[in-house]
Amino acid sequence: MLFARRSAPFIAPQGQVTLVMRQVLFALLPAALAHVYFFGPGLLFNVIIATIFCLATEAAALQLRNRPALPALQDYSAVVTAVLLAFALPPLTPWWVTATASVFAIGVAKHLYGGIGYNIFNPAMAGYVVVLLAFPFEMNFWTAPHIGDLDYQHLGVLQSLGYTLTGSLPDGFTFDALTRATPLDAAQSGFAAMQIFEEIHQNPLMGDFAGRGWEWIANFVAIGGLWLLYRGIIRWHIPVAVILGVMVPATFFYLFGAGANASPGFHLFGGATLLCAFFIATDPVSAATSPRGRIIYGLGIGLLIYAIRRWGSYADGVAFAVLLMNMAAPAIDYFTVPRIAGHDHNGKGDDS
Amino acid sequence: MSAPTYDLGRLHGGLRLPAHKQASTAQAVLPCPVPRELVVPLGQHAGDPAKPTVTVGDTVLGGQVIARQAKRAGASIHAPSSGIVKAIAPRPVFARQGDDGRCIVIQTDGKDRFIAAAPPCADYRQQTPEALTELIREGGIAGLGGAVFPTAEKIGRARQGNLQYLVINGVECEPYISCDDMLMRERPADIVTGAQILLHVLGIDKAVIAVESDKPAALISLNSAIREAQDPRLTLRQIPSIYPSGAEDQLVQLVAGIEVPSGGLPSDVGCVVQNVATVAAIADWITRARPLIERITTVTGDGVSQPVNVLARIGTPIASLVAAAGGYTDRAHHLVIGGAMTGKAMSNDAIPVEKATNCAVVLSALPQPGPELNCIRCGECAVVCPVQLLPQQIHWYGRARDQAQLQRHGLMDCIECGCCDLVCPSLIPLTTRFREFKAVSRQLEQEKARATRAKQRFEAHNLRLQRAQQEREAQLAEQKSTARSAGPDAIAAILARSKDKKRSGDTEADD
Repeated sequence: MLFARRSAPFIAPQGQVTLVMRQVLFALLPAALAHVYFFGPGLLFNVIIATIFCLATEAAALQLRNRPALPALQDYSAVVTAVLLAFALPPLTPWWVTATASVFAIGVAKHLYGGIGYNIFNPAMAGYVVVLLAFPFEMNFWTAPHIGDLDYQHLGVLQSLGYTLTGSLPDGFTFDALTRATPLDAAQSGFAAMQIFEEIHQNPLMGDFAGRGWEWIANFVAIGGLWLLYRGIIRWHIPVAVILGVMVPATFFYLFGAGANASPGFHLFGGATLLCAFFIATDPVSAATSPRGRIIYGLGIGLLIYAIRRWGSYADGVAFAVLLMNMAAPAIDYFTVPRIAGHDHNGKGDDS
Repeated sequence: MSAPTYDLGRLHGGLRLPAHKQASTAQAVLPCPVPRELVVPLGQHAGDPAKPTVTVGDTVLGGQVIARQAKRAGASIHAPSSGIVKAIAPRPVFARQGDDGRCIVIQTDGKDRFIAAAPPCADYRQQTPEALTELIREGGIAGLGGAVFPTAEKIGRARQGNLQYLVINGVECEPYISCDDMLMRERPADIVTGAQILLHVLGIDKAVIAVESDKPAALISLNSAIREAQDPRLTLRQIPSIYPSGAEDQLVQLVAGIEVPSGGLPSDVGCVVQNVATVAAIADWITRARPLIERITTVTGDGVSQPVNVLARIGTPIASLVAAAGGYTDRAHHLVIGGAMTGKAMSNDAIPVEKATNCAVVLSALPQPGPELNCIRCGECAVVCPVQLLPQQIHWYGRARDQAQLQRHGLMDCIECGCCDLVCPSLIPLTTRFREFKAVSRQLEQEKARATRAKQRFEAHNLRLQRAQQEREAQLAEQKSTARSAGPDAIAAILARSKDKKRSGDTEADD
C-alpha cells in the first residue's frame, strides 16, 4: 500500500494569529465599556472609523504589493491597531483625524516596512503621534467624566456622532463646557503653577489615585491584561517591566520630592500606563524578543514614560516612549541572546 | 572541564503532548509470525552500510552473521530466521522513506532453525571489558532508541572519558510510541541484567534507569526487578513526562544536572546513555546467545484497527505488522516510522522492520494547515525550546542567509524536536526550515573549507617555486663568488676540467 509523505511533526499545530488577536480584542472589551460609560460614545465612533480606515488601507496596501488580501484582513491585526488607536484618541475626535492616523498607521508604519511581522514601529502609536503633531488643536477634547456628583455638560449620542462627522459642536455647546483636562494635563499645569500634589489632588476631577473615571478604565484594562496573561497570549516580562519602569522613579521622586511630584498611584492609574503595559508595549512584532530583552525593553518604556511626563512638555509620554524603545529593540535583541544549552555564558561551546 | 554553572536537573521549555499510548498498551506484546520473505537492509546502522558475507543461493540459519560493517567497531547483521538468500538487491527501505536501498532478501524455510551456539560467555564477569565490547559488536547490538549507533563504538568512545553514570533511557517521551514501555513491563529482569553487564564493561558503579512518570506499570515492574537483583548500583528515577525529556542530551541534563556541551557527547560530562531495548538486547546476546534479530515495534494510530505492540523479526515488512494489528482502517493516509514528532513519513508499507523501527504510526489525513503567515515574533517558540534557542530569530536570520548570526543564535544546536512548530501561531514549519538552513550552512562550510584548502595548496606551491628560485639564485651567486674570489687561474682550471669531462664523456659514448 502506498502513502502520502509529509515532514514531521505529525501533530496539527494549535495556535493561530487570528485567535491571538481576537482574544486581545476581547480583553479590551471591559475597558471599552467603562470608557463609554464615563466619557460617552466617542470611543465607539473612533473605533468604527479607525477600523474602516485601517482595513481599507490594509486591503489597498496588499493590493499594491500584489499580496492576497483576504488572509491578512482576517487575522484581525489591523483591527487591533484600530482599537488601540481609538483608545489613544480623545472621545471627541473629528473623523479625518482618526482617518489620518489610521492610514498612516497601516499604510506607512506597517506596510512600508513589509506588513505584519516586519514593522519596526508600533503602528497604532506611530499613527497617534502623527496626528498629535499634525492636529494639536483637535487632540484636546476629552469629554468630562460622567460622574453623578459632578455637574458637567454632556453630548447625546447623535450629537457626539455629529461632532465626529463634522468637527463642529451643536448650537449651545462649547468646548469649555463639554471638555475637561485629563488628570495628567491637570497635574502638569498644576505643577507649572507651583502647586503641590496635594493641592492638585483637591481638583474635583481627581479620584482616589488618578482622575475619576480614568482610574476605573485603568482597572478594567488591568483585568483584561491579566486575563491575557492567564491565557498565555502575552507573557509577564513586558507588563511587569513597564510598570516597574514607571513605578520605581515615581515612588522615588514622590517620597523625596517634597510634594512637587505626583504619587506612584497617580502615574499607574492615570493616563495610558496600564494600557501600554498590557496592550501596547506587548505588541510582539515591534518589541524585543528574548525574555531578558523584553524586560529591558519594558523598563525602558516605563522610564521614558515617567521622564516625558515629569520633564517633557507632553502630559503623557506613552506613544513617544514606545516608539523610542521600538527603535532600540533590534539593538536590545542583539545584546540579549540567551545562553544556549550546552554553551557557557560567553556564548561559546564548552568543548574542553 | 571548567566548573559548570548551569541550571541543575531542569529542562527548559518542552511540551506536554497527548500521549496516544493507551490503545497500544492495552494488551501484551504480540509475536508476529515469521513471514515467507525477510528483507534485511544493509544500511540500517549509523555509518557506512554493512558488507554482505553471504552470496545469493547460500543457506542461512537464524543467528548467522550475514553482513558486517566495515568499521572496526560497527555492528554485525544476522539472519533473523533460517532459509535461502534469494537476492541481494535494492528494496524499499526506511532510510529512503520507502524508496529502494540495498537489502539481503531471505526466503524463509518455515523451520526457524538457529545456529547452535553456547552463550558467548558463561559468566560475563570473567571477561575483560575489551572482550565484551567485541562480543557486543559481534552480536549486532546498536542503539534501539532511534539513532542505531553501534553500541560497541559508543562504549569504546565512552570508556575514554571520565565516566560516572550509566543512564538507561526508558523515557520514551514521543506520542504514540510504547514499545519500551511494554518491554519494561514484560522483561524488567533482562534490563537489569543488561545494565549489570554494561556497568562491568564500563567499569563504573552507578546506573540510573530513567522512566517517565506516566508509565506506572513499567515503574512498578522495574522497581521489583531491581529489588530482586539486590544490586545497590542500580537506581530507578522518575522523569517528568514532558517532551523531549527522552532526547539524549536532555535526559542527561535531567538525570545528572549537567548540560552536555555544544557539539560534545554525554561522555564529556561523565554519562553514557543507552536505551532500555538496547540494554535488554545485550542481555539476550551475552546470556542467551541470541543476537539482535528481533524487536518490539508499536503499531498504532487511527489508521490501524487494533493498535498493539508486536515482537517482529528484523526484515518483516510493515504490512505484516499492520496485518497483525488487525489491518488498516479506511482512514489510513500517512505511514510514519518513529513518533509523531520526529518520525519520518514513508511512501510504502513494504519497507521492513529494522533495528531502529520502534514504531509504525498510521494516521488519517492531517488537517490541511492554514496558510503560513509572517512571524509576529511572539516568542512562544523560544518558550518551548528545550535548548533555549530563539527560533524566531533563527527563522529571521535564516531567511536573510546571515550565516554569522545563525551561528551566534545556535542553529546547529537545534535538536529538531518540533516543539516550536506546534506552538507557532503563524503556522510556520520551523523545524523543516531549520533543516534546510542547516543544510545550506553545512554546504557553505564545506565550500569554505575547500576554498581554504585550495588557497593553502596554491600558497604552498608558490612558496615552493619561490624557494626553488631563491636556492637557484643563491647557488649561482655562490658559484660566481667562489669563481671571483679564486681569481683567473681558478677559472682556467675549471674550464680545463669541464673540457676534460666533455672529452672523457665523448670517449665513453664512443665505446
